[in-house]
Amino acid sequence: MAKNTERRDLFPGALEIMILQSLLLRPMHGYALVKHIQQVSDDLLQVEEGSLYPALQRMLREGWVESEMGTSAKGRPTRIYRVTDAGIRHLEAEVASFERMYTGIARVLAFAKA
Amino acid sequence: MSIFSRFFKRRRYEDLSASIREHLESRTEELLEEGMSRKQAERAARREFGNVALMEQRGREAWQWKRLESLLVDLKHIGRRLRRSPGFAVVVILTLAIGIGANTAVFSVLNSVLLRPLPYPEPEQLVSLHLNAPGAPGLGEFRSELRLSASMYFTFAAHNRTFQSLGVWGPGTASITGLAQPEQVNTAQISGGVLETLNVPAFAGQWLTAADQDSHALGRVMLGYEYWQRRFGGDPGVVGRTISVDSQPRVIAGVMPRGFKVVNYNFDLLVPLALDPVDEALAGFAYRGIARLRPGVAIPQADADAARLINVWMDSWTNGPGSDPHWYLRWKITPAFQPLKDTVVGSIQAVLWVVMGTIGVVMLIACSNVASLLLVRADARQQELAVRSALGAGRWRIARELLLESVTLGLLGGAFGVAVAYGGLRLLTAVGPGQLPRLSEISLDGWSIAFTLVLSVLSGLFFGAIPVLRYVLLPQRVAFLGAMRTASAGRERQRGRNLLVMAQVAMALVLLISAVLMIRTFLAMRNVDPGFSDPASLQVMRLTIPETMVPDSTTVVRMQNSIIDKLAAIPGVTAAGFAASVPMSGAEPSWNEILVEGKIDEGDNPPMRLFNFVSPGYFHTAGTRILAGRDFNWTDVYGMRPVGIVSESLARELWGSPGAAIGKRFHEWESMPWHEVIGVVQDVRENGVDQISPATVYWPSLGKGIFGPGIQGAWRSLYFAIRTNRAGTQTFINEMQQAVWSVNSNLPVADISTMQDIYADSMARTSFTLVMLAIAGAMALLLGVIGIYGVISYAVTQRTREIGIRLAMGAQRGELQWMFVRSALLLTAVGVAIGMGSAAALMQWMKSLLFGISPLDPLTYLLVPLVLAAAAGLASYLPARRAAAVDPVVALRAE
Repeated sequence: MAKNTERRDLFPGALEIMILQSLLLRPMHGYALVKHIQQVSDDLLQVEEGSLYPALQRMLREGWVESEMGTSAKGRPTRIYRVTDAGIRHLEAEVASFERMYTGIARVLAFAKA
Repeated sequence: MSIFSRFFKRRRYEDLSASIREHLESRTEELLEEGMSRKQAERAARREFGNVALMEQRGREAWQWKRLESLLVDLKHIGRRLRRSPGFAVVVILTLAIGIGANTAVFSVLNSVLLRPLPYPEPEQLVSLHLNAPGAPGLGEFRSELRLSASMYFTFAAHNRTFQSLGVWGPGTASITGLAQPEQVNTAQISGGVLETLNVPAFAGQWLTAADQDSHALGRVMLGYEYWQRRFGGDPGVVGRTISVDSQPRVIAGVMPRGFKVVNYNFDLLVPLALDPVDEALAGFAYRGIARLRPGVAIPQADADAARLINVWMDSWTNGPGSDPHWYLRWKITPAFQPLKDTVVGSIQAVLWVVMGTIGVVMLIACSNVASLLLVRADARQQELAVRSALGAGRWRIARELLLESVTLGLLGGAFGVAVAYGGLRLLTAVGPGQLPRLSEISLDGWSIAFTLVLSVLSGLFFGAIPVLRYVLLPQRVAFLGAMRTASAGRERQRGRNLLVMAQVAMALVLLISAVLMIRTFLAMRNVDPGFSDPASLQVMRLTIPETMVPDSTTVVRMQNSIIDKLAAIPGVTAAGFAASVPMSGAEPSWNEILVEGKIDEGDNPPMRLFNFVSPGYFHTAGTRILAGRDFNWTDVYGMRPVGIVSESLARELWGSPGAAIGKRFHEWESMPWHEVIGVVQDVRENGVDQISPATVYWPSLGKGIFGPGIQGAWRSLYFAIRTNRAGTQTFINEMQQAVWSVNSNLPVADISTMQDIYADSMARTSFTLVMLAIAGAMALLLGVIGIYGVISYAVTQRTREIGIRLAMGAQRGELQWMFVRSALLLTAVGVAIGMGSAAALMQWMKSLLFGISPLDPLTYLLVPLVLAAAAGLASYLPARRAAAVDPVVALRAE
């Protein structure tokens, strides 16, 4: 499904972190999530639809997000996703572990340069 | 699944679709704003989004338990589709049921007989003490091994370092009197160590002990389970009772459990051999040995140990004063111990593997036919599949569904196959060779069911893989929406089915060739002169007069003589006689070397000759022709005259011709008087028609020295042969028994059969193989013909339009028919070519089952392809005729 094979894959769980973080700001529907992540990352990250919707379904199943019927900005019916308490806890745990990993990687890279 | 969760799931799926719809519309609007036309924008948005259906499915799968749900949906579809074409479903399931059932049945036999361990504790430790004597010339003509002598047993038992226990045994008979009518029972005569080796505890009472093996006392006996049930009604009180065995009182020590056999011998009574070392010499190679290896000891170590003990044996025993105990070095006695299972299974092993292989090939042919049907179905579904794939169904998803369908068919076939196997097993054990070892152990067990399951799934995957490869994984072009409708490009479409037909023809050819070779083998065996005539009118029975009943040997012969007279007096009897062994009965009277007068140059290691002991008139009764000289007469017998009769092959070997043998003299050892050859009889196939006739010496049944130098004796356990056209009838058997009882009312008669039964038994292995291969060959031929018919028939249907055009253009109907028949014959020809090569290679495996025919018999290799080609021609002619009957107007208007 990759449209651009040169783009590097996200590590496992990264998509979920970004979705949860974005939904912390405000509840959003799917397309808005795609747009939001793209804009905030200055087009560096592009969420593929092929991954987004299955990921949302998985997160619904895990109870990290919940959804309700709502309307989009254009007034069409769609699903609005919202973070749950469990989702916030998961996000915190994931972010903490991601930061540890990032720090680790940064140190190794710095050491290699020195 | 509850209605509730079902409802929620459906709602969730709809939610997902709503999100995706909104997503697409938002993107479209964005693109519209960028200045695209509505149409362009919609298409671009869709393209960016990718495969909607696939994503919806992925999204749904997040909720499903390991995709089980989508599997269930697939199964539901499959069930629906099969219900819609019941004809297809029935044909496929029936074909598979028969194929799988036959395979399961044969596998069950194979498993029970060959694979399952013997029913003794730690059976892998059990070995049979098989000895080879390559230096004993002539022995191989009638024995496959050198049996153990009692002295060997004593040596091995006392000095071995590799066995936990060992013992020797031999089959025998005993007459039981005083219970009901006198009865002849089968005994297993066992030395100490036999029960310890087999290590199966007694069902009631206890084992025979060392005290029972004391040759100076009368040891106790044990009952076999079936005999205990039959004669004592399973009464547990029999232990400790006394019964009369060969007129001697014996105490019953215990009962062995149901199904217990000594190796493969089903006995009524276990009798101690009670060997006395004082009486034993080096010779007397009469016993079968079994042993239990110490843990961790392998057979080669045991062989080496026994090779050492052979030398100890020669150092410690003698054949009497003046004999050289190391004389046996010449025989090069070599231990070749084998796992006990090999001994039990014997020569049936090759047959079972061949039958298994054959049935397996039938299964392959059946699978090819099913695959062929599935190809047609997939062909019909090609548009559906193309549409689904265009709508976003993943390739694997479609492949999975097709495979699931074929595996479902396989499993359904397998389920019915178990029923077929159950019936087939009944049939198989009924038509199987009577001496099929471990017959009573044959059953459908967990392994058979597991085999069925694996076979069902594998065959399902196999015949399912062919349409999958053809239509899903290697799609040759997008056959979209009837693009093919008017084309007549049958060639490419037919390719898969053509390959299958060629494979089928090749496999069918191999099976047919093997079947025909077996038929030729059977006929060749039937044509062999076995050394007796008209076996159906030759009644045989066995009778033993124990020494404990009649001690004097001349009296025994007089009794036997009057039994012959009484038998001959029965109405309808034309002749009667007796012999220590009748051909193919498995009886093993005796063998030794003979010394021939005037032939000292034969070297000091003369060949072994088979011995038999016959009454006057026996040859005439059996229909064994006397080629020169005369038969024994009763004066020879009672006068203990030094005379003998030899077989034709022996006469030719020693003296050049039957005529030249008359008057020549021989003896068994120096102190025996020279015996004069008074007659020469034709060769007899003692061990079966497919075995060579051993060089045989016939002695009178009474003589000085037939049981050892200077010992006068008579042969007491005899087969009586009676020539009568009433052979085998119950009234005759009753009269026969009455005749025997009129001589002595305590004489039981045993092993009543006709020579025809014995003869058929010796052919049983061949006829069993023949029947199985013939069934397999016929099935293969039938399936192959159906395959060819199907392919041509389908081709005709596909090319109806083309045929119409050809006819309209003026093609001759005959030419059109020939076009189709020719294509069938071409496929057959390629299949035959492949099959001939394979058959030539594979038949080498069957060599041991063939007799009097080469595995490359030219007639078979010429005939079978012709028959196959004729069948193929016929199978293709029928649909081809239909092609020629096509009305061009109708054909062209058809689409």
